[in-house]
Amino acid sequence: MTPESPVSDPHVLLRVIAKFLIPLIALFAFYVQFHGDYGPGGGFQAGVILAVSIILYALIFGLDEAKRAFPPALIRIGMSLGVLLYGGTGVVAWMLGGEFLNYSALAHDAIHGQHWGILAIELGVLTTVTSVMLAIFYAFGSRQPDIEDGEW
Amino acid sequence: MIQAATTSSHISTIFLDFGLLALLVIVAFAIVRMRSLFAIVMLQGVYSLVAAAWFVTLDAVDVAFTEAAVGAGISTVLMLAAMLLADRESTPIAMKRQWGPLAVVLIAGVAMLYAVPDLPAYGDANSPANSYVGTDYLAKTATEVDVPNVVTAVLASYRGYDTFGEAVVIFAAGLGVLLLLGLNGNAGRYRAEVDGHKLSPEHAPSGSTDKPAAKHSSEDAAHRPSITQFEGDSS
Amino acid sequence: MDGLLSHVNYVVVIILMMTGLYVVFASRNLIKKLVGLSVFQTSVFLFYITLAKVAGGQPPILIKDKGSPTGYDDHSAYVDTVELAASGATYILPGQGSDVLYSNPLPHVLILTAIVVGVATLAIGLALTVRIREVYQTIEMDTIESDDFHYNLEGIDTSGPRFDRVRDTT
Repeated sequence: MTPESPVSDPHVLLRVIAKFLIPLIALFAFYVQFHGDYGPGGGFQAGVILAVSIILYALIFGLDEAKRAFPPALIRIGMSLGVLLYGGTGVVAWMLGGEFLNYSALAHDAIHGQHWGILAIELGVLTTVTSVMLAIFYAFGSRQPDIEDGEW
Repeated sequence: MIQAATTSSHISTIFLDFGLLALLVIVAFAIVRMRSLFAIVMLQGVYSLVAAAWFVTLDAVDVAFTEAAVGAGISTVLMLAAMLLADRESTPIAMKRQWGPLAVVLIAGVAMLYAVPDLPAYGDANSPANSYVGTDYLAKTATEVDVPNVVTAVLASYRGYDTFGEAVVIFAAGLGVLLLLGLNGNAGRYRAEVDGHKLSPEHAPSGSTDKPAAKHSSEDAAHRPSITQFEGDSS
Repeated sequence: MDGLLSHVNYVVVIILMMTGLYVVFASRNLIKKLVGLSVFQTSVFLFYITLAKVAGGQPPILIKDKGSPTGYDDHSAYVDTVELAASGATYILPGQGSDVLYSNPLPHVLILTAIVVGVATLAIGLALTVRIREVYQTIEMDTIESDDFHYNLEGIDTSGPRFDRVRDTT
C-alpha cells in the first residue's frame, strides 16, 4: 500500500483509526483473558481477539509489515508452546504428588492451587489459539491466487 | 412450571425472542438461495452474530462471547481469505437434482419433529438435563475452586481433560493448514532444497503476476497432478 | 397453547438444522457446502443451549452475597484457607432457602469446546478447498468428479487451465 502522495492516500482514515484501535483491541484481549474468572471470558475468546488485532494490522498495513512485526518463526514456536504449557501444568501437578491435571497439588492449599492451575492453563490456551489463528491467516494470505484480480 | 415460564416474561422479551428466531430463519433460507459466494460468506457471519445475540437471551454469556468472536469474526475472515483464492460465483443446481437432498432432509426433519413433544419444556429447571451434574457443579464450585465464573471453573478444572483435548485439536488444525498451505504460502508447489542443491529450477513466486509454470504434465497419463506432482518432472 | 409455546424453540431450531443440512447435501460448490456445515453446527449449538436455559435464571456466574467482604480481591498476603472461608467471599448458591436460579453451566462448557473445534475443522476444509482449486481449476463438485472419472476410466487428463484451454507441454 504505497500511496503516490500522502495527501491523496485513500487509506489515511483507515490507517489513523487502526493505529488508534489496535492497541485497545489487544488490551481488551488481555482484559478478557485475566477476567475470565470473574465474568465471561477466558483463554479462547482472548486468543481470538488478540489474533484479530494482529489480523487488522495485517489488513491495513500489509502482510509483509505484519510478518516483520510478528515473525512466522515466533508463531510456529507459539503454537506448540501453548500446548506444552497446558500439558506441563498437568505434569507438574503430577510430579508434586497429585494426579495429572489435579491443580490442588500445585500450591500450599487446594484453593490457591486451583487458582494457579487455572491461570497457567488459560495462558497456555491463549498462546496456542493466538498462534494458530495467526498461522492460518498467514498461510491463506501468503498463497498466490491463480486468477488475478482483473480477470474476475 | 410451564405457566411460570411463559407468564413471567414481558411482552417485549417475547418480541425479541421471536424476532431473533425469525431473523435466523430468514438468513438461513437466504443462504440456500444465494449464488454469489461473497454474499453467502457474509450471510454466514450475520447468522453467527444473530445466534450470539440469541445466546445472550438464553443466559449463555460465555458461549455468546465465543460465538461472536469465533463464528462472526475469525470464521468469516478465513472464509473470505479462502474465497479470494477460489471462485466468486457458484453454479446453480438443476431442479431435478434437488429432490434427493430435499427428500432426505424432510424425512430427517419429520423424524426429529416426532421427538419434540418428549423434550422438556423450554426453561424447565427440573428437566433431566438440568438436574444432575450441572447442579453439582453450581453447588461445589464456590468451595472447591472458588472462582465466580462457573463455566470457567468447569472448563478449566472439572473438565480440564476435555479442554486439553480442545487445545490439542486447535494445534492439530493449525498443523494441518501449515502442511497443506505452508506458513509462507508455498507448500506443495515448490520442492525444497537438499543440501543446498535445489531439485527444481522453479522458484517460489515473489508476488509478481507470473503463474507457476508446468503445473500439469501431459506426456504421462499416470502422472496425475497431486500434492507430490513435481516428483517426476522431466524439466 | 402452552405446549406449543414451550416447544416452539425446538421446532425452529430443527428447521434451521435441516436448512443447513440441505445446503450441505444439495450444493455442488465446496465453499457453499462448508458454509452450510457451519450453519448446521451453529443450529446444533442453539439446540443445546436451549436445553440449558432455566426460566427466571441468571447466567452461571455466581453472585456475591451482599453481606460478605470483598474476600480474595485484596489478596495482599497469603491467606490460609480457613481464614479465607471465615472472612471471605460467600456466594449465593442455588438451592434450599435461596431464591436465585442459575442456568445450567454444563452445556455451555460443551458448546464452548464445540465452537472452537468447529472453526478448526472449517480451517482445514478451506485449506483443502484451496488446494483442490489449484489442481482442478474449479471448486464445483460436478466438474471435479467428471475429471476424476475421465482420468480413471480413460486416462485423459482434462483438468488444467480452463479459461484458455491451453496445455503446458514441457
